[in-house]
Amino acid sequence: MANKTDKRDKLKIRELLKEKGISGVIKDLILNSQIWRSFFRHGLEDTSKNRMLTTISNVFLHLHAAKVKRHAPLFSFTWCMGGTTFFLFLVLTITGVFLMFYYHPNVRDAYWDMKGLEYHVPFGMLLRNLHRWGAHLMIITVWFHMFRVFMTGSYKSPREFNWGVGVVLLVLTLLLSFTGYLLPWDQLGFWAVTVGTNMARATPLLGHEGPFGEQLGMTAYNDIRFALLGGSLVGGNALLRAYIWHCIGLPLIVGIFMIVHFWRIRKDGGISGKL
Amino acid sequence: MSNQTTVGEGTEARTIADKTVSRRRFFYFMGWGFIGIFLITILGSVIRFFFPRILYEPPTRYKVGHLFEYTLGVSGKFKKQFRIWVVREVDKLYVIEAKCTHLGCTPNWLAAEGKFKCPCHGSGFTPDGINIEGPAPRPLERFKVELTEDGEIVVDESSRFRGERGEWSKPGAFIPV
Repeated sequence: MANKTDKRDKLKIRELLKEKGISGVIKDLILNSQIWRSFFRHGLEDTSKNRMLTTISNVFLHLHAAKVKRHAPLFSFTWCMGGTTFFLFLVLTITGVFLMFYYHPNVRDAYWDMKGLEYHVPFGMLLRNLHRWGAHLMIITVWFHMFRVFMTGSYKSPREFNWGVGVVLLVLTLLLSFTGYLLPWDQLGFWAVTVGTNMARATPLLGHEGPFGEQLGMTAYNDIRFALLGGSLVGGNALLRAYIWHCIGLPLIVGIFMIVHFWRIRKDGGISGKL
Repeated sequence: MSNQTTVGEGTEARTIADKTVSRRRFFYFMGWGFIGIFLITILGSVIRFFFPRILYEPPTRYKVGHLFEYTLGVSGKFKKQFRIWVVREVDKLYVIEAKCTHLGCTPNWLAAEGKFKCPCHGSGFTPDGINIEGPAPRPLERFKVELTEDGEIVVDESSRFRGERGEWSKPGAFIPV
């Protein structure tokens, strides 16, 4: 049995060699091999069905719609601000991970590690600036995304829930930016965070200088600012906490909200589609 | 009788409808109750976790030398170490916290102009700490001062005195000379 099929295959290959040449046969063999087929499970013909399968059978693409209305991704309508924001988030994640290899989040080393990245780490200046300018740009694109969603009325029912998710993502983006501000441990970041967390003193109920804070027994050692800083002043604990929120805590929360945000776009009628 | 259970005996027998108390409802509340208590405990623990028990911060009670070491005027001798100014007037000595009441930056003592000036947003204060210009909403705060038996000045940051509340004349706010 086995010999017969082998012979048949050899015959086939001989015919193919005449037809397509050696490179054609190799390509044909690879594309039809079990390994290749296990990676790309849909058919090879360029058909409407296979195009849809390409998207929906891939975990990274399946959040996308299999088909998009022709007018939906028009640049003049969407400005691609949401997509640009997500792209910047990926850039910041990747460059951020690289920066973490040369950064110690403690009072003694932080500033000099930042300086080291600028002066002697290979591609350090490029990484730091990509991260820094990417962060600035992401804040801008988030606001423009919100502006365009507002101007095109894309917050209206049934998309109001996703608008809410988006507002949470905006706040988280600002918090990521704020926590990252402290990490170079320079005068700029130190005083920015000093001023920023001093505002937390005035939180109603939870801050020791806010409305009803004093009556509820809040002091500089048990209020919301104390929990944020891990102390009563901006010191080593505050730097470490900012670092952990910046690199792990907030990105995890942002990730969860982004999944919901993207999924809801599809469930609520796709990007900029009429309802 | 099918959906009712008889409880008790004899003449005082009572009936309870299955709808109000049933085995299923009991376990429903027990189950979710325990899960709820568990989650609340976890949440409480996580919140408590963020408040450290021990701080490695500078001491809040410390000595700054003897009275005779200070001449009339503002001394910035301990500004770098403890973030304070020691101010000696003719009849008293007190300690001002070097922290702007606007947003908490450290002001500078400008001896030539005879005032404190904050570099962040330009708040200005008189030598005794009263806000005279810029966005600072109230005077600089003072720390408690006292003398040890051998005449050393002790600063205690745990109690502070605020001028706008009229606390500067209270005992502890200054050392009479």
